[in-house]
Amino acid sequence: MKTLIIAEHNGKQLSPAVQQAVTAAQFWQAPVDLLVAGGNDAIVQAAASITGINRVLHANAVYLAHPLAEDVTNLILSIASDYQVILAAHSSFSRNILPRVGALLDVAMISDALTIHADNTYKRSGYAGNVHNVIRSTDNIQLLTVHSSNFAAASLGGSAEVINIDVPASFTKTRWISETHNLSDRPALSSAKIVVSGGRSLGSAENFEEILAPLATKLGAALGATRAAVDAGYAPNDIQVGQTGVVVAPELYIAVGVSGAVQHTYGMKDSRIVVAINQDPDAPIFQVADYGLVADLFEAVPTLTAALN
Amino acid sequence: MMKILVAVKRVVDYNIKVRVKPDGSDVDIDGVKMGVNPFDENAIEEALRLKEQGKAIEVIAVSFGTQVNQDVLRHALAMGADRAILVESTAKLQSLSVAKLLKAVVEREQPNLILLGKQSIDDDAGQMGQMLAGLLNYPQATFASSIKIEGNEATVTREVDGGTETLALNLPAVITADLRLNEPRFVKLPNLMMARKKPIETMSADELGINLEPRLKLLKVNEPPARKPGIRVNSVEELLNKLRAEEGITL
Ligand SMILES: Cc1cc2nc3c(=O)[nH]c(=O)nc-3n(C[C@H](O)[C@H](O)[C@H](O)COP(=O)(O)OP(=O)(O)OC[C@H]3O[C@@H](n4cnc5c(N)ncnc54)[C@H](O)[C@@H]3O)c2cc1C
Ligand SMILES: Nc1ncnc2c1ncn2[C@@H]1O[C@H](COP(=O)(O)O)[C@@H](O)[C@H]1O
Repeated sequence: MKTLIIAEHNGKQLSPAVQQAVTAAQFWQAPVDLLVAGGNDAIVQAAASITGINRVLHANAVYLAHPLAEDVTNLILSIASDYQVILAAHSSFSRNILPRVGALLDVAMISDALTIHADNTYKRSGYAGNVHNVIRSTDNIQLLTVHSSNFAAASLGGSAEVINIDVPASFTKTRWISETHNLSDRPALSSAKIVVSGGRSLGSAENFEEILAPLATKLGAALGATRAAVDAGYAPNDIQVGQTGVVVAPELYIAVGVSGAVQHTYGMKDSRIVVAINQDPDAPIFQVADYGLVADLFEAVPTLTAALN
Repeated sequence: MMKILVAVKRVVDYNIKVRVKPDGSDVDIDGVKMGVNPFDENAIEEALRLKEQGKAIEVIAVSFGTQVNQDVLRHALAMGADRAILVESTAKLQSLSVAKLLKAVVEREQPNLILLGKQSIDDDAGQMGQMLAGLLNYPQATFASSIKIEGNEATVTREVDGGTETLALNLPAVITADLRLNEPRFVKLPNLMMARKKPIETMSADELGINLEPRLKLLKVNEPPARKPGIRVNSVEELLNKLRAEEGITL
């Protein structure tokens, strides 16, 4: 019995969520191998330094410089017979790949497991987090993505063995063309300790920046947004928080002019402390807020920013 | 010219907060308002736009479920799809089974492009498109926010964590739609009337000879634990005091 983790990276760095995936994988008490597809030495070394793992399998090839779902799937299939559990942290990377793997292994995949229990049983959410489903897999292989924020990060300081593995021929029917990154000096949204999120009520991209950015800077926070704010062009799409955006669970989440639709709260209701600033006392966001301030954001936020040291 | 197949799921309307049955066996959707899965509306819309651009000649909507799914197929037809297929099954359909059924429909219809939603808003699985692409050994592009077709190639921009990625896929291919792909058109009443005349072909899932036994058994459905009730603060100052003194947050 062995466990395989698909270790995500962006070509420069290993994703911090891999450490959380390693903790999740310890549930099975079996040797854990990490698969790194593409990536450089620094990424492989970072993977090898995660404690509690057995080996790092590094698959390198020119075509893996920008790993495509089709290629990573074929790579996983080439080694899958050694593993009873295959998992990754839930992200746009793993969600793109693992269902394809599942279909080809004839295994039903479990998306975004919140908790892992004995007898191949898991808890996951449905209906945008309105319900929790307890499900049991009847497959021989367990294939899943895990909700990283529910698992502590495994520590660093280990030095696991690194093995280079063979790569299958590339899938030539898909070509990578380009990518864009929304560059920001702020902490990454999914791992930030504090998140300041704004809604449609900010009214413009300029306001979004002028009102929220100084607060985020003082707090060392990441910026988040509602779908309505993103659709209106006030904020880039990759900072959308919610069912179809990023899921965050920071120490402190400050929702500014956010109504609190379930699709949004899905992405933030596991935050330790939630602060809501909204001028409508009946806004649903107050139902998930620990501290609610009924106020006009255009007055309250600058006052808050000014009051911070 | 292309033929496009669009998968349309019938789900609880996204505005509705579903309730769990008292015995915790499932959610109670009796009498609840149902509709087209929001992402699938984006998929239909994109297929129609490709047809309007002269890139496609036919748009076919397909749904898996029971006779009640006629309504979502009618909606797709009213938006402008040419015809519809209902694959009937009373089994509890999970992504893997639906992917296998859809593969059978693809083999019969031979579309050049299969468009799906990126995820269904009831199961929040987000798996079907990738599974189908795997079963067919087709190229895939998930979470699409832009699609361009030129000759035998689709250029797709995808929304990924931290930015976007653009891929070129040889057709036939599978693409899943994100909400930002387009703004779905409203269905006008006359179109709804006209859609009644368009054909919905029904076939039985049993005829396709696929084992539909769910691999994931649903043991229990719970309401998620509620957050502890919060308090109202009257000023920014009071807010900061509470956060510092009671929550121990250094600000
Ligand atoms: C399939 C699907 C998926 C979705 N996924 C997501 C998702 O991932 N993330 C997401 O966020 N949404 C998502 N949505 C959209 C979601 O349903 C809501 O429409 C959206 O979250 C609302 O954004 P909002 O709060 O900015 O806007 P509104 O709902 O318009 O709320 C604005 C709020 O600002 C307050 N306000 C206005 N002026 C002021 C002021 N001066 N000071 C203080 N408060 C003020 C108002 O009282 C109101 O509560 C999804 C929807 C669908 C159908
Ligand atoms: N029963 C169904 N009938 C038609 N399409 C479906 C069905 N189930 C899933 N789909 C399609 O697959 C997409 C992703 O579904 P899922 O993997 O369940 O999140 C949906 O957006 C639909 O396009």
